[in-house]
Amino acid sequence: MRAVSPGEPRRVAYLYLLPGLAVFAAFVLVPLLHTGWIALFEWDGVSAGEWVGLDNFTALFTEPELRTAFWHALVLLVFYSVLPVAIGLLLAATMARTRVRGLTAFRTVLFLPQVIALVVVAVMWRMIYAPEGGLINEALRTIGLGALAQNWLGDFNLALPAVGLIATWVMYGLAMVLFTAGVQKIPPSLYDAARVDGAGPVREFLAVTLPGLRGEIALALTLTTIAALRNFDLVYITTGGGPGDATTVPAFEVYDRAFQSGQVGGAAAVGVCLAAVIFALSFAINRFADRGLR
Amino acid sequence: MIARREQHLTYLLLGVFSLIALAPIVGILVTALQARGGATSFGVPDGLNLENFATAWDEGNFADYLRSSVIVTVSVVVLSTLLSILAGYAFGMMRFRGSTVLFYMMLLGLMVPLEATIVPLYYDLRDLGLTDTYWALILPQVGASVAFGTFWMRAFFRSVPRSLVEAARLDGSSSWTTLWRVVLPLGRPAVLTMVALLFMWTWNEFLLALVMVSDEGLRTAPLGLAFFQGRNTTDYALLSAGSVIVATPVVLLYVFLQRHFIRGMLAGAVKG
Repeated sequence: MRAVSPGEPRRVAYLYLLPGLAVFAAFVLVPLLHTGWIALFEWDGVSAGEWVGLDNFTALFTEPELRTAFWHALVLLVFYSVLPVAIGLLLAATMARTRVRGLTAFRTVLFLPQVIALVVVAVMWRMIYAPEGGLINEALRTIGLGALAQNWLGDFNLALPAVGLIATWVMYGLAMVLFTAGVQKIPPSLYDAARVDGAGPVREFLAVTLPGLRGEIALALTLTTIAALRNFDLVYITTGGGPGDATTVPAFEVYDRAFQSGQVGGAAAVGVCLAAVIFALSFAINRFADRGLR
Repeated sequence: MIARREQHLTYLLLGVFSLIALAPIVGILVTALQARGGATSFGVPDGLNLENFATAWDEGNFADYLRSSVIVTVSVVVLSTLLSILAGYAFGMMRFRGSTVLFYMMLLGLMVPLEATIVPLYYDLRDLGLTDTYWALILPQVGASVAFGTFWMRAFFRSVPRSLVEAARLDGSSSWTTLWRVVLPLGRPAVLTMVALLFMWTWNEFLLALVMVSDEGLRTAPLGLAFFQGRNTTDYALLSAGSVIVATPVVLLYVFLQRHFIRGMLAGAVKG
């Protein structure tokens, strides 16, 4: 302890903390623990629950419906994380050695999809994908390719990628904004050195740009992955998990089980699992990013 | 010469992807202004049918939905901001036993997704008779927002020079006066960023409203839009007008405070 510590006598601190901590504990912490408890029961939400131990958790691995939902989440990761990061890196690679005017305006536009309510985004894209009168099919018909028109969100094979592309649209601006900021912080001398060594654009990207953006890439991956895991609004509005179970995702299963089909314990187990995965990812990636940034 | 080509390529990429980002948004604006009954979305503009907004407003009950959203959002933002400032002040400027543990607990809470708490939240609030009230929409949001806000404000308070606080103490001002008179006036940008993000997160929240509220009069704007879509799947003009109404408040705020949005979302990013 220092002889003269800054601030007030310590006890006052608890008074400042109390209201915030109380609300936080009551509406986040306690419910989180309660979810873990509920997950140990088979409960329909009405009658008394029956203790089943860890059965609801083993069901995450054994029940086909849940495995399907988690598999879909994994597929969606390609659209939520991989594609946006790839698009962002493409831009970073080209702008590494150039000065760009009007970058702020571009950023404002690119980031815009991030602030629009996902419900609005979903409604918007339903209109784009609509089989009759939707933008894509009408455009195909106009240019004489009407045969290619599809029921994009109603087709068993197309629905999941169609939902995924909406997510890509929402996310790529985030990656671009992050990487354009990051690439400007890379010292130009590194590029000069690479060029003196005779590095081409590809070598330069791999040797200078990519390592220089490590922190930003980690952050972009965390953000987009968490968004992918939490994806509920998009699926609920565009497909409702359908057709069949072609677009179910874990967050949708939580809602469906808890509030539609009376499997409250199962829903809680999925929720706990989602939280655990998100914690693990955040910790792992934050450590990686910290190391990358120092 | 290579640099020149790279520069062109950069502008090309920025331009193309900005267009892709904007196109659906412009499209929905155009559709909202089309004459009703047109069977296509994103068609060729056929005039400025501003009455679509009035029709959607009336037929879709958007007046009710927006009122609910305003009540909920303002309550959440005001309460969370206040509690976050107080808690952030304690974490950022005071030394007390347990501060590290308590702070990590909140940091963990920052990452808890609503999907992991929604089940007991619903059943517990129902037992208390609070579902189908604004409280069910406000309190859980405040809980989650305080975790983010405390984390955010703590970072600000830690950046304030200690000498300032010590000088205030020597002048005999209490911790309360020091907070509001001396320290917080420096934190306007930080508070503004936090308010903007909390506003957006609360306004756009869907799952909580979907689960907690069945009374039509309590529906928030996104929830109302979802139901409106259920009734009007083919009236693209009205549906677009409704979407524009729901999205506009946040988009307007974003236009004025875009730096705050981008900075905040990238920095305090792990919020669940």
